[in-house]
Amino acid sequence: MIDIAITKGLGDFTLDAAFTAPAGVTAIFGRSGSGKSSLINCIAGLMRPDSGHIRVGGRDVTQQPVYRRRIGYVFQDARLFPHMNVAKNLAYGGTHDRDSVIAMLGLEGLLDRRPTTLSGGEKSRVAIGRALMSNPQLLLMDEPLAALDHARKAEVLHYLERLCATTAVPVIYVSHAMSEVARLATTLVLMEQGRVTRAGPLDEILSDPAAVPLVGIRDAGAVLTGTVRGLNAAYGLTEVALSAGRLILPGRLGHLGDRVRLRIPAQDVILSIQRPVGLSALNVLACRIAAIEVGHGPGVAVSLICGRDRLLARITRRSAALMGLRVGQEVHAILKATAVSPQDIGGANT
Amino acid sequence: MLTLDAAAWAAVALSLQVAVVATLISLPLAVGVAWLLARKRFWGRGLLNGLVHLPLVLPPVVTGYLLLLAFGTQGPIGGFLRDTFGITLAFRWTGAVLAAAIMAFPLVVRAIRLGFEAVPAGLEDAASTLGASRTRVFATVTLPLIAPAVLAGAVLGFAKALGEFGATITFVAAIPGQTQTIPSAIYGLLQVPGQDGAVVSLVVISIVLAMGTLALAEWLSRRMSARLGA
Repeated sequence: MIDIAITKGLGDFTLDAAFTAPAGVTAIFGRSGSGKSSLINCIAGLMRPDSGHIRVGGRDVTQQPVYRRRIGYVFQDARLFPHMNVAKNLAYGGTHDRDSVIAMLGLEGLLDRRPTTLSGGEKSRVAIGRALMSNPQLLLMDEPLAALDHARKAEVLHYLERLCATTAVPVIYVSHAMSEVARLATTLVLMEQGRVTRAGPLDEILSDPAAVPLVGIRDAGAVLTGTVRGLNAAYGLTEVALSAGRLILPGRLGHLGDRVRLRIPAQDVILSIQRPVGLSALNVLACRIAAIEVGHGPGVAVSLICGRDRLLARITRRSAALMGLRVGQEVHAILKATAVSPQDIGGANT
Repeated sequence: MLTLDAAAWAAVALSLQVAVVATLISLPLAVGVAWLLARKRFWGRGLLNGLVHLPLVLPPVVTGYLLLLAFGTQGPIGGFLRDTFGITLAFRWTGAVLAAAIMAFPLVVRAIRLGFEAVPAGLEDAASTLGASRTRVFATVTLPLIAPAVLAGAVLGFAKALGEFGATITFVAAIPGQTQTIPSAIYGLLQVPGQDGAVVSLVVISIVLAMGTLALAEWLSRRMSARLGA
């Protein structure tokens, strides 16, 4: 359990953030300059808040110096010690769970290497391992993927996913990329101009039409968990079962029976009153409208219930009026298969 | 080929002794002052910076005279040292050490300060999030990373101490066997006709010492950069 409420004046900008989060992975999401990094620097103790408290697992660390807090920190730029090899970097803060950390992050072959000879992705992995081996009570990650190119991102994301799924250490993950957040986190904290605008379970917030303006139109979209039910090697497709039907998705998203997370951006959902026929899109789900949220712009956010899952669709206000959409109505949601792109979301093998 | 009498050899030995001791004494102090100047913002920082650099811009004779005023047996600090500890600096080899250390100090501080400023931002923060106390961070991260700068400062300081003339001769004079260093020995020999052989010998020794210092520094810095993985 993490309980944070702090204020900090930073020039003409004020950080005034409060949230609580259960164990698991908490994502702090917001634009650059929204105060995310200042917030986690305060949590780590690298910055001193003007007032407030920081509690981690029932322990108040507000007044403790950085080195007594037992809060691990993975910096965006890795910050490996250039005068030590990988093994010494890893052991700097301790050797807690050494062998399993090394195995989980695939660091066996790197131990004798110098940081200057590592690729960006390898540096990130070593930085994560180093933080874990110090046996932290909380692990902070400040955009650990932001400095990496696309291929390295996918590599490290794969390890991060493994870490997030297996570790008992609570994680706070700072990011401005919803694709990473949706893939890793269970709790979401939205930040804007130094304030927390919303905090709660990730799937709840992302399927809440009222949260669309906070998340941003481009990043809004429900996160669902499905099960791999079929693999079509000839077409390179994966069939994923949701509570209300099956989706055919491009790429190989895992093995039969794997649970996979899917993100379906609200912009990529089309609504139809009749069951559509003769479409090139493969995925149609029968849904009921749970809520319609009219915003300030030309768009309308529509919350849909399909089986036990919730979807979010963003359509124009004009379409909503022409179709006569109302709460409780049965509609069909059409998801273009590419809406669920494998580099953005998915299972262990992406 | 070297035509040197006992007094000249004593000057060489004394020069080395003075330079080594002056370097060793000023080094830890210079690390502390460089750290303060590079990392801390405090009242009087500008004054400290000015004081440290004063010997670099003052005529060495003036520095020597000020040393004589302060550390002479009649001076406030010199009198205190003599009465309390029985230490006399003026006209002793220890005074030559003090003069050399003070003259070399600004060069040593400047070099080490650059080293502090070149430590990649955030490495020390990273170390403290891993549970290292400030002392441990300094010993295991900062110090190894500034080691090349400390070495550069030491070499500069040693060379400066070896060649110090003005402040030394003013503060401790040039008593053969006691306070006469290579530069003051050369100067003394030049005042007497017919001593060209001894002068040339001392000049050659000076050049050899300077080249030797540089070569040693180069070798050490190579080993260090290999260890730092640069």
